[in-house]
Amino acid sequence: MKLKKKIPLIDQHDKFGFWGGKFGGSFIPETLKKPVEDLTKEFAKLRKDKKFIKKRDFYFKNYIGSPTSFIKLENLTDHLEGAQIWAKIVSEANGGAHKIYNATVHALICKAMGKKYIIGDTGAGYAGKMLSMAAKKFGLKCKIFMGAKDIKRQKPNCDAIRKNGAEIIPVFSGSQTLVDAVSECMRYWVSNCDNTHMCVGSTVGPNIFVKICGWSTTQISRELKFQIKKEFKKIPKRVKLINCVGGGSSAYGFWSEFIDIDRKQVELIGVEAGGPKNSKLHAAPLSRNAKIGILHGAASYVCQNNEGQISETESISAGLDYPGVSPIHCFLKDTQRARYTFATDEEALNAYKLITKFEKLNPSLEPSHAFAEAIKIAPKLDKNTIIIVNSCGDAKKDRDILKQKLGKRK
Amino acid sequence: MINSLINETFKNTRKERRPALLTYTVAGDNTKKKSLEILKSISNYADICEIGFPHNTPIADGGQIQTSAYRAIKNGIKINDVFSIVKEFKKIKKDKPVILMGYYNMIYQYNENKFIDKCKKSKVDGLIVVDFPFPENKIFSLKCKKRKINFIQLISPTTSKIRLKKIIKNSHDMIYYISMLSTTGGKLKVSSNQILKEYSKIKNYNKSKNVVIGFGITEKTIKSLKKADGLVVGSAICKEITNSIKKRQNIVKNVTNVVKKLRNKIK
Repeated sequence: MKLKKKIPLIDQHDKFGFWGGKFGGSFIPETLKKPVEDLTKEFAKLRKDKKFIKKRDFYFKNYIGSPTSFIKLENLTDHLEGAQIWAKIVSEANGGAHKIYNATVHALICKAMGKKYIIGDTGAGYAGKMLSMAAKKFGLKCKIFMGAKDIKRQKPNCDAIRKNGAEIIPVFSGSQTLVDAVSECMRYWVSNCDNTHMCVGSTVGPNIFVKICGWSTTQISRELKFQIKKEFKKIPKRVKLINCVGGGSSAYGFWSEFIDIDRKQVELIGVEAGGPKNSKLHAAPLSRNAKIGILHGAASYVCQNNEGQISETESISAGLDYPGVSPIHCFLKDTQRARYTFATDEEALNAYKLITKFEKLNPSLEPSHAFAEAIKIAPKLDKNTIIIVNSCGDAKKDRDILKQKLGKRK
Repeated sequence: MINSLINETFKNTRKERRPALLTYTVAGDNTKKKSLEILKSISNYADICEIGFPHNTPIADGGQIQTSAYRAIKNGIKINDVFSIVKEFKKIKKDKPVILMGYYNMIYQYNENKFIDKCKKSKVDGLIVVDFPFPENKIFSLKCKKRKINFIQLISPTTSKIRLKKIIKNSHDMIYYISMLSTTGGKLKVSSNQILKEYSKIKNYNKSKNVVIGFGITEKTIKSLKKADGLVVGSAICKEITNSIKKRQNIVKNVTNVVKKLRNKIK
C-alpha cells in the first residue's frame, strides 16, 4: 500500500472506489446506484468547470469568509515552555466551523443538478446548521437528520437549524447519535433520490461523498500553506499538524496540501475521541485498533463486535461520536503518513480550560481533543518545532455541556 | 442452475397458475426458538422463506424490519444461530427453499468463503445481500454459483437499461425487483400497472428468470400484482410479530393467519 505524489488523495482510489485496495468503495443498495453514478459524473464535470470553480471561490471568499486567520498562541506557548503553538482559526468561518465548506459545495452541486430538496446528517449539529444555512442561501428545501440524544446536547445548533427554516428529523433508533442519523438520512435518500440531493456531513459514506467533502475542506489547507509561507518564508523544518478526527473531514482538509511532504518535516497527527476515562466505550477506531468493516456504504476501520454489529460509541463531543472513520484516514494510517491517537473526555475538557484561560479563543469540544494532544507533546519539544492545531469549531454549541461539567464560568 | 429447489418451486407455482409467495422474517425474532416455530408454521402457506440476518445499522430497511432486527439482537442472536435455525428448519421442510438475506458486513466479518461453506452445510438455497450491488458482487456471486447457491441480484426502478441487461446476464435463477423508491415497508406509492410494466421489461430480456416483486406488499396490495412470478412480503409480517407481542397474543398463530390470508389472495 503506497501513497502517490502529486495526485490529490481523494483521487487515489481504484475503479471500484477503494483506497489502498481495501478502504472505501460503495456498498449501497441497488436503488442508489443510479443517483450515486449521476452525482459522480456531475462532480467530475463540475470540478473541471472554470465557471463552477469561480463560483465556489466567490462563495468561499464572500460568504464563508476565507481566509480564516492563522495565529500564534503566545501565552500558551510561554506557559508550556516547549514547541511553538499556533492555531488555524477555522471556526471564524461563517457559521462557526469547517462544515460550511462541504455544505456550500453540496448546495451548489444540488443547484447544478436541478434538485430542489437537500438532506443531510449531523452529530454536533454543525453539519446540519451549515447545510441549513447554505440551503437558505441558495433557495433549497432542507431536512436535517439528527439523533435524539444529540438534539438534547447540542441545542444551540438545533435552534440555528430551525431558524434557518430547515426541518430537524429526530432519530430515535439505536444509540440516537450520529451513526443513526446517517443511517436514517440514507434511508430517506433511498426513498426520495429522484428529487432530493443528499449531503453526507463528513469524509465518510460511499466513495463519491468522501471525494466531494475532501475536495471542499481542502480550502483550509490551501490557505494554511500560503499563510505558513508568508509567516516563516518557507515551510519550517519541523511542523506538526494536529487535528481532531471523527469522520475526518476537517483533518483531511487541514492536511491535504502537506501529504506529499516528508513526514519527518510535516507530521500529521489525528486525535480521536477516547470517551470518558473510565468507560470501555470510545469513538476511536483508528487509534484503538478496530477491525475493518462496512458502515454507511464504505469499508473502514469500524468499532464493531466480531459478528459485524456496529458498537455503541461514547464521547463528550457529539461531532466525534461516530464508530467509523473516513477511508482516506485508514489509508493514511496504514501507509503511516499520519499518526493517530486519542484524547479522553477529561483530557479534552482540561485542554479547553487551559486554552480559554490563556488565549482569547473558544474552541469547541472537538478541537479541544486536538489541543489536548498539543498540550501533551509541546513541553517535550524544542521551540523550533511548530505545532499547528486546527481550531475547527466554536464552543457556543457546547454551552450546556460546559456549564454542566465545569460549572459557571466567565 | 439445473434442478435448483428455487427453480422447481417456481415451476410448481406456475403450474398452479399463481405467483410464489415469499415471506421474510428476521432470524431470532423474537427468540431463536420462536422464530423457528414461526418458520415451520408459515411455510405451510409460503413457497419460499426468506430469513433475515439481523443487523443493527440496516440502511435499506424501514421501521418494521428494524424493530424486528433490534429485538432479535437484543435477545442474543448470533450468526451461527441463524445457520442453526436454517438447518433445523430444513430437517423438517427439506423441499422448502430458504433464502438468507443480510448486509455485507456480516459476511465480511464471517469471511466470504467460510460463510458460503456454512450456507452449503445448512442447506441454504439462496442469498440476498442488500448493500452489495452489481458489479462489485460479481466474484462473490460466482463463488456462490459454484457451490450451487443462488445469488439473487436486485433491480430497482432507478436501474438503467444497460445495467439491467448486465445484471440479468449475471443473475442466477431468481431476480428481485424492488417495486419503488423506498426502504422496506414503505407504503406502495406507485400503481401496480406501473410496477408490472417495469417487471415485464425484465421478463422480456430473459423469460427463463424467475422475477419476484418486493417492497410495499401487504394484504391490500398483493392481489394487484399476482401476474408476477413471485411476491415478497416482509414488513407486514414483522409488524404482526410486533403487534402480537404488544397484545400478548400467540405470535405463531397470528403470523400464520397473516400468511394464510396473503396466500388466499393470490391462489
